[in-house]
Parts: sequence; structure tokens; C-alpha cells
Amino acid sequence: MARVTVGKKACAVNPLKMSQPIGGAFAFMGLRGSMPLLHGSQGCTSFGLTLFVRHFKEAVPLQTTAMSEVATVLGGYENVEQAILNIHKRTKPEIIGICSTGVTETKGDDVEGFLRLIREKHPDLANFPMVYVSTPDFKDAFQDGWEKTVARMVEVLVETPKNAARRDPRRVNVLPGCHLTPGDLDELRTIIEDFGLEPSFLPDLAGSLDGHIPEEFVPTTIGGIGVDEIATMGQAAWTIAIGAQMRRAAEAMEAKTGVPFRLFERLCGLIPNDEFLVFLSEISGRPVPLKYRRQRGQLADAMLDAHFHLGGRKLAIGAEPDLLFDLSSMLHEMGAKVTVAVTTTQSPVLERIRAEEVLIGDLEDLENLASDSGCNLLITHSHGRQAAERLKIPFHRAGFPMFDRLGAGHQLSVGYRGTRDLIFDIANLIIADHEDNHQATPDTWRTGEGPAAGVVDAATMH
Amino acid sequence: MSSLSAKIQDVFNEPGCGKNANKSEAERKKGCTKQLQPGGAAGGCAFDGAKIALQPLTDVAHLVHGPIACEGNSWDNRGARSSGSNIWRTGFTTDINETDIVFGGEKRLYKAIKEIIEKYDPPAVFVYQTCVPAMIGDDINAVCKAASQKFGKPVIPVNSPGFVGPKNLGNKLAGEALLDHVIGTEEPDYTTPYDLNIIGEYNLSGELWQVKPLLDELGIRIFSCISGDGKYREVAYSHRAKAAMMVCSKAMINVARKMEERYGIPFFEGSFYGIQDSSDSLREIARLLIERGAPDELMARTEAVIVREEAKAWAAIEPYKPRFAGKKVLLITGGVKSWSVVAALQEAGLELVGTSVKKSTKEDKERIKELMGQDAHMIDDMTPREMYKMLKDAKADIMLSGGKSQFVALKAAMPWLDINQERSHAYMGYVGMAKLMEEIDKALFNPVWEQLRQPAPWDDAAKNWQATAMAQMDAEAAQLAADPQAAEAARRARKVCNCKTVDLGTIEDAIRTNALTTVEQVRQHTEASGGCGFCAVRLEDILAALPAVAGSSPAPLLEAAE
Repeated sequence: MARVTVGKKACAVNPLKMSQPIGGAFAFMGLRGSMPLLHGSQGCTSFGLTLFVRHFKEAVPLQTTAMSEVATVLGGYENVEQAILNIHKRTKPEIIGICSTGVTETKGDDVEGFLRLIREKHPDLANFPMVYVSTPDFKDAFQDGWEKTVARMVEVLVETPKNAARRDPRRVNVLPGCHLTPGDLDELRTIIEDFGLEPSFLPDLAGSLDGHIPEEFVPTTIGGIGVDEIATMGQAAWTIAIGAQMRRAAEAMEAKTGVPFRLFERLCGLIPNDEFLVFLSEISGRPVPLKYRRQRGQLADAMLDAHFHLGGRKLAIGAEPDLLFDLSSMLHEMGAKVTVAVTTTQSPVLERIRAEEVLIGDLEDLENLASDSGCNLLITHSHGRQAAERLKIPFHRAGFPMFDRLGAGHQLSVGYRGTRDLIFDIANLIIADHEDNHQATPDTWRTGEGPAAGVVDAATMH
Repeated sequence: MSSLSAKIQDVFNEPGCGKNANKSEAERKKGCTKQLQPGGAAGGCAFDGAKIALQPLTDVAHLVHGPIACEGNSWDNRGARSSGSNIWRTGFTTDINETDIVFGGEKRLYKAIKEIIEKYDPPAVFVYQTCVPAMIGDDINAVCKAASQKFGKPVIPVNSPGFVGPKNLGNKLAGEALLDHVIGTEEPDYTTPYDLNIIGEYNLSGELWQVKPLLDELGIRIFSCISGDGKYREVAYSHRAKAAMMVCSKAMINVARKMEERYGIPFFEGSFYGIQDSSDSLREIARLLIERGAPDELMARTEAVIVREEAKAWAAIEPYKPRFAGKKVLLITGGVKSWSVVAALQEAGLELVGTSVKKSTKEDKERIKELMGQDAHMIDDMTPREMYKMLKDAKADIMLSGGKSQFVALKAAMPWLDINQERSHAYMGYVGMAKLMEEIDKALFNPVWEQLRQPAPWDDAAKNWQATAMAQMDAEAAQLAADPQAAEAARRARKVCNCKTVDLGTIEDAIRTNALTTVEQVRQHTEASGGCGFCAVRLEDILAALPAVAGSSPAPLLEAAE
């Protein structure tokens, strides 16, 4: 049981956290033909946009209501209206997803009310899909923005089935947390389809931000789940939620459509994947395919090979709650000690993290604690690069953003295969660090007692 | 906020700004407070601009007072380089929460400044105001003043909350903060007749160091660089420099001009992009320094260095010339780099097929025209599809642009090179030119293009996305060609003024009906150019071309693409 503490500093130094609205916008990016829109000043959008572009190395749709000082004070109805009209006319989206920001929340803009008025005033927008989520910057974090947005999508876009008895036993809803990459989603899709099931991912970033070349240049998202498919998610037999953050959306789905859900808090590691595959086998009525029996063996072997290197490692990890829980648990199960854990926001999983303390703090905290307790493995997003340089310990990049390495969208951590590759990656980092920085020298084991080092060297050379 | 709005007015009245000079008195007052188009805007806010301009000051703690978005989403994302301290890359923010919004964030800000000084002890703390604390009325000037007195250290308020305007305004407000609180507050240990300020240079990718060796060789001291690889104290005593060079177009013209006004430091606007520009700038530096008392022999030594470096640079470029012969470049960039890079590329024998003048001022545009001759195609706002068509029509072999537009080129399997601030290579000075050519060469002749242009064996090449996009555009063009009425409608529907959404037809009609002859008149009748003022140049072109409009043939393809 970890003790969860909240940092007391007035000044956050080297933030680990990112803001809630861009977490919400990120969720909208997993919808086909979608245009996420931040209701705030243009900087709110441009910072977020730059972050996504640098992470994915892709064009990313994200618009702004471009609130000026005057508009902010007077209220943003006209800006929201104009933004929606402009986007609707210019980019022809299938859906517009709107997130509020700190400025507009401080003013207290009633965007739901705005949307009603806009629909009344513009008949062609009366039934146009628009989803609004309240996501003030001065509360919560990136993951919370995602959580609220997906829940809201379910509430607004999923239709209540007319006859609850007629479910399609092959259909499965998948509600992935924001800690999963497009690569993870594709891996899950393959696994689920191998059981003869048909998954609908909400949101589906693998369709939009996996780097594929689109059939046509569109200013909106180039793929993802369509609004039409979301509407029918109530006909699925099951909902699989991944990460504790998705409980809210899964419950919303159950409340609206009666579709039962199973929450998997983790999908990295041997035992979590055993549970996952057993569940898929149960709901599909099919045995676990041979392919996964082999992959399980490969993971087991990887764990055997890597435990020499990971065992006893003192891990310092900074990540949003669900990623933190997933990765730190897996490494704990590999024999590493979760010595320092820093996160961004509250979550029910925090107290179950296998560390003494989980701190809601920043990367300065992570760096100082890691240094004080002699950690020798650092895991966090790319902003940890400066800390890693000063700490001089192996650094594995995980989470968002990852702007200084390639392939962020394809980094895997789910499934037997994803876990296997992740274990290899981290173990190899440690091996390389050992080779580069910790090779034994004649003085490695010298205690300082007895003759001085130079004397012995001189003596042995002659 | 009243002092801030007065400051913004002051910045808008900048006489050194060419864009500003194009505006009427009333519009100048409105300045950049013009409404950006909701749902169609891009680019950073005033806070972003202020941070960009000041963050390269390396030994200063940059503290952002606001919710997590402003710093948490953006810190350590700039490619500037430091030769010393790295504290500028540390992200400091008050990360204000709901309680702060209700009770005010001033106490938290004060405590944050205290924590930074206790833990990091920088020579100064810069405090950036953002939208939310500005709305709730946090007085950062007062907090900075109190903290400065209490801790005996400069604490500089940078009053540039995002919602007051675009990035460009933020650049200037940052300059004002330096003028008000930093410049002239300290004295140098010694001065020499060779002391030069460089203003508006951010040392991205360490590019300043491509030029510094030459200045060192000439004995010219970079007295203070605002702000690339800058140090607080150097800026504080920069008022003792003999001369200044203003590098980044208009971003910090207020600093250069006011330092001339207040401290008599003459400045010139120059660039180190390209061989000719580098030589011109070196000459101008020497001239100004000599004017201010440096010995005349500096010019002879400067000329000698120029001759030597030009020869070396040409020799380095020579091998590329045959390889680049007939190669065409599509240049999409904003502001000053448009013309300075154009010159650089032409020096290597590359042909330019278009350049964007989105952020360029009238002077910039004139310079591009001058450099590229009468055939210059000014492409203001191409859509991705049009960009692709342009590349595909083999009008371009490579695209040079900023980071965000790269994906169109890359997905079209066309070579692309980053020349904006996120770039990882430095292209300044004589050595930078050779580096640029090397990078263009690597991009142009990489074997990946050949493979990537091959369709998948199972794909019908006639039906892939490229062919589809082309077919669509060709069909649209054919349709227009077959239907002169539609073509005319399309031509007239072309938007000239983005801010006020005024199309070409409206403007032409207004000109004809009212016999208008000046941009000012057009503005009065149609509101065109009444926003940011960028399109005033386009209006001039329309005014000049109008007598011919009635009987003219359809506009050339490229113009239609605009």
C-alpha cells in the first residue's frame, strides 16, 4: 500500500503534468473526420498542437475559438459560433469536439447553452454531431481530460438500443486509456480479432495517428472510429475498459445501454495478459489460439533472461496514474524496486502502486528523490531528458510527450509480445549502461584501506 | 490592465514597423487587437511570443504565472543553445489551481519566486503573465517589485498574456520589458570601440556560433546578444554598446530603435543567411563601429575576411552547382527568412518556384521580388492539396518550410527540409550556407524517394491517393476552363483579406464603382486590409492590375491555386 502525498511547493519545476483540455482534444483525435476545438485563446491550441506534432511527427487537426481579451470578458458565444461555422464550412468534419480551457472557465462560459443556441439558429447544424466537455486547465491533468471526454462521447454519441435483448455476441467495445499508443491499439485489435470478435475502439487513435498515408488530404483526422459506429456500440455484448481512468466511460456505457463491462487496469505483464486472454476466451467461447500460447512462452523466457538485469534495480518513475501503475507493477514483478514514483493527478490505483510513497509532483521532485535514494533506472516522458543527463542513469522514455525519439506512436507495452519487447528494451538499456559506465577496474573494489592505488598499479606494472 | 493597454498602444505606434506604416491612424490604434478568425486561426499567442523572445537568455529563471497549460504543455521546446548555464531550460510555473482563482494567485507567485531564488539563485527571475491571472487581476508588477526589494534581486515582470494578441505582439512586449526593467540597470567592467549588440537573434541550433568566430577574428566583441546565448548582466549593461545589428526582421525593432533613441546606439537591419547578406552585414558592422570611433583599419581587415570567406564559401558550394542544376525549390516560410533564404538558395543555382509571404511585410515582399525577378510567384496560403499538386507537377523537387507543413511534402514522397526554428541544423554565415547545401543535397538525392514513389504491387497506380487528388484538381480545373462563367466566379471568390473575409470580386467591384485609387480608399469601402494589414500589398497589386482585368484571360494556374 503506497502512501499518496501531494507536493507542497508554490512553484512547479520541470512539470510532469500537461493540461486537461489537450487530454480531451487527444481523445477527439481518435474519431474519424473529427476536428477538436479548444475554447480559449489561440496559444492554448498552438502549444498543444506543437506537442502532438512533435510526438507523432504527423499533421494534427486542432482548432481554436481564438478568444481575445475583449471576447473573454464579454463572453465567448460569438467566437464559439463563428468557430463552429467556419470549421463546418471549411473543413467539412463529421464531428466537432469542444474542450474548454482556463480562460473560458474563469469567465464561466456556458458552452452547452451556446451549442443549443447555435443549433437553433443554424438549422443545418441542428443534428450535426458536436460534443462539449468542460476541462479547465487549473484543475486535474491530461489523463483526466481524456477520461471525461470519452465518458462524454459515450453519453452523447452512443444510442440506447431499442431492444436490449438483441445484442451481437461477437461485438466488443474497447475503451482504451490515453496511456496506450496507436501501436498498442493495433496489437489489441489483432488479439481480440484472433478470438473471432469484432472490436470497436473508442477512441481509436490507431486509425488516425498511426502514420498511415491517407487516401485524401483532409484537414480533419484521417481515420479513427466513425460517429455512425459509435452510435451502435450499445449493441455489443461486452465492453472492455483498459486503465482505471476508463471506468467512468465504461459505467456510462453500461448505464446508457446495459452493456456489461470488464475493467483491465493493466495489460503489461504476464499475469494481466493471462487474465485478459482467459476473458476473451470465455466471452468468445473459443480456446486461446496457439499463437498466444507461443507468445506466452516467449514472454516467460524474456522474463528469465532479463531478471538478471532488472532484479534489484532501483526505479524512479514519473508518469500519469494509469501508465505509472502499469509499468511500475510490471517492473516490480521483474524484481525491480519501485523506489520513487511521481504522478500528476489523483487516481484510485495510486495506493496500490508497489512503492512506499507516490507523490503528486513534478520532475524536479522525481530528480531529487531519485538522486537522494540512489536510483539507477529512470522512466518518464521526454521531458525527463535533462534530469537523466544530470543523474547519469539509464533513461527509458515512456508516455506522452516523446518528442526527441522516433516511433512514439508504435511503442508497445500491451500483450505478451508488447511486454516481451518492452522488457528487452529496458534490460538492454541497463546492459549498455553497465558496459559504458560501470565496467570493473582494478580500483572498483578497493576500500581505501591498505596501500594507495597508484602504488599498487606501479608495482603490478613492473 | 490599463498600463498594459497603454504599452500595447505604444508598441503599435512603432514608427520603425513597415507594416504599421501602411495603416491608417484608426487602424494603428486597433493594432493587432484585431479579431483572429475563430476556427481558422493558427499560430501562437502573445505569451508564446514573449517567451520565445526572452527564453534564450540562458542564466535567467523564466517563471510562468498561470495554469499548467501555459508552461506544462510547452516547456523545453526551443532549439536555442547555451554556452553556459542551462537554467533557461528549466520549466518553472505556479501551476495555479481553483483556490488561486478564487483567492488570487499573487501569494503563490511571491512564494514561487522565493523558492526559485533559494533553490537556484539565478541572477534574475523573469515572471510571465498569462490569461487567467490577468483576468482575475493578479498584479504581477507589484509582486515582482515586492519580491525584488525583499530578495535583493531583479524580478522582471513580462506582461504579455496570451489573449492580448498574436506571437508577434508578444515579441515586442518582451522587448518592452527589457527596455523598462533591464537595459541600462548595470554597468560593464570595461568597454571597447568594438562592442556590438545583436538584437533579435536567438541562437537556434547554435547558429550564432557559425558567425562568432569571424567577429572574434576581427576583434569585434558581441557585447550583448538579445537574446541568443545571452546572459542577464550583458543585457543589463547593453546600453554601453557602440553599435547594434537587428537580426530577426521586425520582432524586436522596438528594442533597437529605442536603444538608439535613448542611448544613441545606431543600428542596422541585417542577416547572416546567405553569402551576400553575411558580407553586407559584416561591412555594415565595421562601418557603424568605425563611425562610433573604432579605427579605420577595421574596414580593411573586414574586407580581407570577406574576400577570404566568400572564396571559401563559393568553393564549398561549387560541387553542388552541377547537382542542383535545374532543381526547383518550393519555399514556404514566414517573415524575414523568405528573402534571406531566397538569396542563399539562388547563390547555389537552385531555382525558386514560389515563396510564401504570409508573415512578411511589404518590404520583405519587395525584397523577394527584387531577388527573384518578375516571375516570383507569391503563394500566400496554399492548401495541402494545392501544395501537393505543385510538388507533383514537378514544379518543385524539394520543399523547404517550417515544421508544421512538412507532412504534406513527406507524404507526397517529396524531399523536404526544415528551415524554421525547430530545425536541427544551423544555416548561418558562410559556413551555414555550405551546411544548407549539404542538407539539401542529402534530401534531394536520398534513395528513399525512388522506393516510396513506387505503388504497392497490389495497388492500382491510377487509383491511389495521389492520382485521386490530382484527378480531382484536374477535373475542377477542367470544369472551370470549360465554363468561363464559373471560372470568373471562382476567380472573384478568391479571398484577398483573411481577417475581414473580403473576396477579390467585392474589391474589384468597389474599385470600379467608386473609381478607387488607393489602398486606404479600398479599405474604407470594403474593410479589406482593415485587420492585420498584411493584404495591403495584395490590394496594391489589384489596384495596379485592374484596368486590364475586364478583358484579360483567365489567371495563370498558380494564381488560381492561391
